[in-house]
Amino acid sequence: MSVAAAPAGPAAGAGPLDHPAARVLIRRHRLRWWEALPWIVALGVYFIFPDYLSFGAELLIAIPFALSLDLALGYAGIITLGHAAFFGTGAYTVGLLAFHGLWSEPITSLMLAGLAAAVIGLASGLVLLRTTGLTLLMLTICTMALLGEAANMAHDYTGGFDGLPSLPIAPVFGVFEFNPLYANTQYLYALAVLFVCFAFVRTLVYSPFGQSLTGIRENALRMHAVGTPVRRRLVICYTISAAIAGIAGALWAQTNAYVNLSALDLDRAATVLIVLILGGYGRLYGAFIGAVVYLALEHFLAQIYPSAWQLGLGLLLVAIALFARNGILGLGATLTQRYAVWRAAS
Amino acid sequence: MSAIRLETQALSRHFGALNAVSDIDFRLDAGARHALIGPNGAGKTTFVNLLTGVLPPTRGRVLLAGRDITGRTQAERVKLGIARTFQINRLFRGLSVLENVCISVAERIGAASSMFYPAGRRTDVIEEAMHLLETLKLADHARRRVSELPYGRQRLIELAIAIGLRPQVLLLDEPAAGVPSAESHIILDAIERLPEDIAVLIIEHDMDVVFRFARRVTVMVSGAVFAEGSPKEIEANREVREVYLGQAVNG
Repeated sequence: MSVAAAPAGPAAGAGPLDHPAARVLIRRHRLRWWEALPWIVALGVYFIFPDYLSFGAELLIAIPFALSLDLALGYAGIITLGHAAFFGTGAYTVGLLAFHGLWSEPITSLMLAGLAAAVIGLASGLVLLRTTGLTLLMLTICTMALLGEAANMAHDYTGGFDGLPSLPIAPVFGVFEFNPLYANTQYLYALAVLFVCFAFVRTLVYSPFGQSLTGIRENALRMHAVGTPVRRRLVICYTISAAIAGIAGALWAQTNAYVNLSALDLDRAATVLIVLILGGYGRLYGAFIGAVVYLALEHFLAQIYPSAWQLGLGLLLVAIALFARNGILGLGATLTQRYAVWRAAS
Repeated sequence: MSAIRLETQALSRHFGALNAVSDIDFRLDAGARHALIGPNGAGKTTFVNLLTGVLPPTRGRVLLAGRDITGRTQAERVKLGIARTFQINRLFRGLSVLENVCISVAERIGAASSMFYPAGRRTDVIEEAMHLLETLKLADHARRRVSELPYGRQRLIELAIAIGLRPQVLLLDEPAAGVPSAESHIILDAIERLPEDIAVLIIEHDMDVVFRFARRVTVMVSGAVFAEGSPKEIEANREVREVYLGQAVNG
């Protein structure tokens, strides 16, 4: 009947769950062998390239930030260009606590930063997520700008434009020294935080909640008509996404031992969006690929071409926008499919 | 048998000076097969939007099984048992056929807000969705992306999503609209096989469909009920023929 590559129906006597379509859904969340690769590579780098650990830590911070954006933008379809608001909230939470001598234990600081960002995400989400499209986009930028200006004006606490330098961060578990001179501690610490964040996001996107977010992205109007409390789901998603972005920001503040206004400016929000689009959004691992490619390009192009490295990046983005709308991972998926069709045909 | 499932009392909706729907008293009994017909712009879709809570009424009430639901949101009404399909497909186009139906089933049985276990473990959801696709003869397409299917099948998925909600009241807004006549029988067959006790209201332009399916017909003209009766009575009604059927036959 159907001409395309639709699979044949189930064998006679098999139940509905034996149908290939059902099996796809039942197995989708299972771990695949290649999912171990990022972690093996990350640990390999630790042992093989000890000189690159501070660069590595920077990368390991960019990933959870991009992952948090993927949850909101890639999975739930929340159009935002203000995600640095939450990154910055997390970073300033750590900065203010440490600089004013209130709290410097790193792990609890991370949690507090996540909580603070979640509160901002919840409060702004309740207002923002009544809108969609360009209005939503503008409001996310406005929220970020408001926070940025607040940080600038509260000069006595935040250091204003100069930021908060030389944050005292206590050793991890009270043992492992934590400052920019100890890149190995920072690297492993960031890796552990990334692992926890990733495990959480992965669980979430494969859960029934995650599936309903995908439904909202695909057709929010229809979701209302199947009885979904659409706005409540979006606000929950946005809050969780904000918390993860806040943790990434906190990690950034801790590893650099300073905070300044660049933590919540448009530049940072745009960069994380580029990272995600480069890697491929709505794909979980797009954040990994995007962060690696973006930071590697930035790092190496800046060495070769210190004055014009952004030109190379710009060209790559144009190529991605023209030829690989779904990012590097999307391109990979398309090529794999074409190969499968070609192999089936020949 | 004639328990009232859905009732409206003086239901009205004005857009500025336009009375899109005015003072409609309407009832839909359990097991009803009711058609709503009328010329373009008669207010049929607005009426459905008032029933489902997409639009708030200017005046009047909507009762579901005797309970006032006028102030309820769209999603709340769905939970109470009103489902609908759309005149223009509203599907999850990037997802597979099975996923489309799973979304609706998961929402109905209250699984969709769970965060900490994989959706694949809800085999009850997947099994029910798959079973529904089998009854609609869509099982062969279950794995395909909705956007890849021909339009007639997509209309059927539009219906499947609504049936997955196991509604007490089902509102079908031109279910066969845009489907080539060679394929429209698959939609009509599916509608005829709906569970007997669902109250079904169908908005339709195609008189063949109306007379084949409906046991009762309401004619709307300019936002008001113009006539109501059995298909035979409506067909025999001179005025209806003049304002509507004549047009449909000639045009």
